[in-house]
Amino acid sequence: MMRRVKTKLTSKWATAAAIIIAVVWSVPTFGLFVTSFRPAAKQVGPRSDGWWNAFVDWQFTIKNYADVLVPAGSQSANLSQYFVNSIAIVVPVTIFVLVLASMAAYVFAWGKFKGRDGLFIFVFALQIIPLQMALIPLLQFFTQTLQLPAGSYAQLWIAHTMFGLPLGIFLLHNFISEIPGEVIEAARVDGAGHSTIFWRIILPLSVPALASLAIFQFLWVWNDLLVALVFSGGTADVAPITQRLAEISGTRGARDYLNPAAAFVSIIIPLLVFFGLQRYFVRGLLSGGLKG
Amino acid sequence: MEFIGEKLLQVVIALAIFAAVIGLIMLLVDRAPKSIKDKVTVAGFLAPAAILMVVGLVYPAIRTSTLAFTDAGGNANGFDNFVWMFTQPEALTTLRNTVIWTVLVPLLSTSFGLAYAVFIDKARGEKVLKSLVFMPMAISFVGAGIIWKLVYDYRGPNIEQTGVINFFLVSLGMEPKQFLLDAPGNTMFLIIVMVWIQTGFAMVILSAAIKGVPVELTEAARLDGANAWQQFRNVTIPGIRGALVVVLTTITIATLKVFDIVRTMTAGNYDTSVVANEMYTQAFRAGEPGRGAALALILFLMVLPIVVYNARVLRKQREIH
Repeated sequence: MMRRVKTKLTSKWATAAAIIIAVVWSVPTFGLFVTSFRPAAKQVGPRSDGWWNAFVDWQFTIKNYADVLVPAGSQSANLSQYFVNSIAIVVPVTIFVLVLASMAAYVFAWGKFKGRDGLFIFVFALQIIPLQMALIPLLQFFTQTLQLPAGSYAQLWIAHTMFGLPLGIFLLHNFISEIPGEVIEAARVDGAGHSTIFWRIILPLSVPALASLAIFQFLWVWNDLLVALVFSGGTADVAPITQRLAEISGTRGARDYLNPAAAFVSIIIPLLVFFGLQRYFVRGLLSGGLKG
Repeated sequence: MEFIGEKLLQVVIALAIFAAVIGLIMLLVDRAPKSIKDKVTVAGFLAPAAILMVVGLVYPAIRTSTLAFTDAGGNANGFDNFVWMFTQPEALTTLRNTVIWTVLVPLLSTSFGLAYAVFIDKARGEKVLKSLVFMPMAISFVGAGIIWKLVYDYRGPNIEQTGVINFFLVSLGMEPKQFLLDAPGNTMFLIIVMVWIQTGFAMVILSAAIKGVPVELTEAARLDGANAWQQFRNVTIPGIRGALVVVLTTITIATLKVFDIVRTMTAGNYDTSVVANEMYTQAFRAGEPGRGAALALILFLMVLPIVVYNARVLRKQREIH
């Protein structure tokens, strides 16, 4: 009896602690969300107060969102342009990485050649080269050797694909090497070539792993700032939304009240992807983490 | 909205070129003479990724390593950049901050993540509780920077506070504080942002590991009279050791490379800079690519032991297979 009371008590304290952590972890984001709908005068200036007052003093507006999204001169945040840029950068990169990494992973898992295992471990190790180390020479290579126009999607596509491949190959290899050998052998006996086996058997069977990698890659590229700063040139033609966000929030000014709305526009897509596909995301984390 | 059409066109062209290249590789692989077919396949499937990784990672890493021994004009200057790094007060602050980050972030994130994972294990509403703490993982560092600037917001002592923390301080009768300006405390407040992001990662991995610990073990310990803490300490922790190592190393690597949080919240001012941020500043703002490269090299050397450790674990696993 005594023991039962005791375990129950500890679990009650544990639940309380868990709820406190959950609240502390969610309040910052919730605060941003509420603030983004508050009128300018409530955010800055003499009549401003904390966002929690919004529940007593009911004043909300969507004007902030209209202001950051609609293009109006160079002073405006102009986020719709940058939003499109982010999509135009993320979608091709995700496709490039998925296709190229699964091709390489297939060969690492099922191809037979000398030095295969050593090479695979080398690729794994590449994952951990700090991006910072690659930036300067890569920029020189793009602009001087390849003569790519400064500030173009191409630079970002190629750079992100390069940086995404090691993790992609590693994650997909874990999955593809678990596909039963008999399935591949049976197809080979039926006369299927490598390309048929790859497209018709390996890829369809790897859909769960591909989904998790796609989410990773998507979030990673969408949320990136460093690669964008170095390769995008910073114009509304190319730069992604994170870069614009860093720009407008970095300068203190009369339009600071727009920052929360701008931030929310930039995190809404990753949040949707995250909540919609959380299952695959967790699965990817586990296969990348626990097995490595 | 006419800009969308033009941007879309670029994307479509890029995808078409990519499809053509991949199609060509598949064609070559299929048409290769039987005797060399396997070799062509290996080469064809591996070549695009290999070329991109050599050009994008291997070559730059080597190039940066040599660049680290040159001055702003590109002339060899021996170890001058490293002397600068280990003698100048600002550079030393940067190194010190990086060490503080890499010690505290993995430790705090893993502790919070583990505690939370244990607390909510098999609790009602576990999924929702998990999502709330996991959510910051999806938010960009830039977004997180803005979120936390709002939390740390400061107003003079006599007007209404707009930041949550200062609001509490003032309600408790204390002076409001400029969290991001006063060194060395401000580095701590930046670290909290990273902990906020990484705890969810630690929690998800550790929670899965905890569920993998056989129930019979904890049950046996309980019957032997172990209390909750002893069960946790002597059964759960040893059972999830592997996952703990993975979590700690992954967060350590992420922390060493942290850049965006510092960049958006203080831009490295007020003694908050870290190696990754200073590297960017030196190489792309101050016109000192040699110093930037030297900092990047230091970063790599800091990560290297972790890589070697992980690579050895991986090799062992492949031998078992």
